[in-house]
Amino acid sequence: MASPLLSLRKINKSFGPVHVLKNVDFDAYAGKVTALVGDNGAGKSTLIKCIAGIYTPETGEFIFEGNKVTIAGPRDATALGIEIVYQDLALCDNLDIVHNMFLGREEKSGITLNESTMESMAKKTLDGLSVRTVKSIRQKVASLSGGQRQTVAIARAVLWNSKVVILDEPTAALGVAQTEQVLKLVRQLADNGLAVIVISHNLNDVFQVADNIAAMYLGTMAAQVEKNSVTQNDVVRLITTGSSDAIAGAKK
Amino acid sequence: MSEQITIEKSLRDWWSKVKAGQVGALPAILGLVVLCLVFGSMSSVFLTPGNFANLLTQAAAVTVIAMGLIFVLLLGEIDLSAGYAAGVCGAILVIMITEMDYAWYIAFPVSILGGVVLGAFIGYLVAQLKIPSFVVTLATFLAFQGLLLLLVGEGGTIRIEDPVILAVENKNLSVSASWIFFFVTAGAYVLSGLWKFSKRRRAGLVDSLFKFWVIKTIGLIVIGVAATSALTVERSNNPELVSLRGIPYVVPVILVLLVGATFVLTRTSYGLHIYAVGGNAEAARRAGINVKMVRITAFMICSGFAAVAGMIFVSRANSISPTTGGSSTLLYAVGAAVIGGTSLFGGKGKVSDAILGGLVVAVIDNGMALLGYPAGIKFMVTGAVLLISATIDAVSRRGASAG
Repeated sequence: MASPLLSLRKINKSFGPVHVLKNVDFDAYAGKVTALVGDNGAGKSTLIKCIAGIYTPETGEFIFEGNKVTIAGPRDATALGIEIVYQDLALCDNLDIVHNMFLGREEKSGITLNESTMESMAKKTLDGLSVRTVKSIRQKVASLSGGQRQTVAIARAVLWNSKVVILDEPTAALGVAQTEQVLKLVRQLADNGLAVIVISHNLNDVFQVADNIAAMYLGTMAAQVEKNSVTQNDVVRLITTGSSDAIAGAKK
Repeated sequence: MSEQITIEKSLRDWWSKVKAGQVGALPAILGLVVLCLVFGSMSSVFLTPGNFANLLTQAAAVTVIAMGLIFVLLLGEIDLSAGYAAGVCGAILVIMITEMDYAWYIAFPVSILGGVVLGAFIGYLVAQLKIPSFVVTLATFLAFQGLLLLLVGEGGTIRIEDPVILAVENKNLSVSASWIFFFVTAGAYVLSGLWKFSKRRRAGLVDSLFKFWVIKTIGLIVIGVAATSALTVERSNNPELVSLRGIPYVVPVILVLLVGATFVLTRTSYGLHIYAVGGNAEAARRAGINVKMVRITAFMICSGFAAVAGMIFVSRANSISPTTGGSSTLLYAVGAAVIGGTSLFGGKGKVSDAILGGLVVAVIDNGMALLGYPAGIKFMVTGAVLLISATIDAVSRRGASAG
């Protein structure tokens, strides 16, 4: 396998006396979907918040594109091209799709907003993701379905030539058809060359879309394996016991 | 490409927006038309040019307060003290001119600065200390009322004789200046609209709302011509003694405020951030917007507009009194904003809502007074209209989230 775009080595993070991440290693590859699985409280959210710069780990290294980097805040992560799509999406219902995608980073000419540039860029990004379900990119987000809202949130994350996109439970609130649509979009992101990290509880989704699976157990990385080398049962065992003894492709 | 887009498609797009909960100005326009027809048929005075000019000057102060309030309402906040902020700023203006002999062009900016400081104080308490704006401005409502009383002196009024300040509500543009004003305004409106659409076309973006804009613009120009014609008719009972023709000075004053505030809200990133904070403050924060700063500045703008309204009050009454900006002023202003289509839940509204709503409120006030109804009935009818508007707001919101 090619060298990873983003590597985390021996990450440790505590909240007071609680040791949440214990020597966690994690790799994400360009053009691949890496699923991050684990039971509630295993440390998935803490890990991605460390990647996104919201938490700063006590010890450990980040290696991005082969260089050691420090991520001290969300701005550092954004500057590297790491974007996160939260589970609650963080969209403004009363704004249209274009304004949501550019919120906080508007294109301006002088002091006025450059609406036509923003609209063209938003359109290009959505086209690049093969999104055809949105009628008009000037409609308010309030009028969109759950899947479409997820699409807008994802499109916002890739608008800035980002290299790593982290999706937190992208299908948790969606129906069958919309889940399908979002998973297709996730695949499309990876095919466009991004490193995609997906947190999910749904192993069917994981097996449908992921290339690699990273399973966490009680604050440790139980194993990071290629999807093709494991079965769903293996992953369930990793999640529930943290034991990777039975898995051939596992690198502890 | 745009040739294929028909008027029907334009209207259909607009209708789907209406159904999606973006009813916009439609109910207020319909209400205004109905009210004018009813009062016009019941009173012989209501539809005269004289009463029309009177209506505009009556509506002016409340409308300006409402314009400022819209910045605060867009955040989902409220400023209950904007009426008395107008009173306090009016008092600053009068005291500086009458008692301290300052020129109006010094006193007026100082009174606006006073308003901005009051707003910064409110905004700081709301944004930094996270006290609900309802409570903060209820307190400042009382405090500003007290401040006004102290400034003016109990029971007293202070007269003002400055000709410029008095002219705002009491003098009119000359007939030729009125028409020049109309043509410049209409020309600027048409050109800016065409420029916007041509820019979008050059960028290769489709515009289904262009035909709708044309219809709207024609409608506005017809109304503008009618209004200017009506206002340039002689409306004095005794033209030989004193002639009364032309657009009242307060109209261009309000128009400048309207254009300025609309520009800020729709064309700048600051305006977009106001809508964003009102729609989803947490999302705005995560997008890197300084939510606190947006909140504080919105209250500053609101009180700054109130200061202009204070000047208009003073001009209309020729004086300042301890009740200027009191009684129903603030409630009328909130009513005007909501009747015009601004949501009390935040995130939805336009500055022009204040003009429409302000006219509705003034028409009810004026029309019922002409028909000889007591103030009690007037308040109840205005209350009912406000309730209807709030209902439309709430129902259309439900429609939007169900979609």
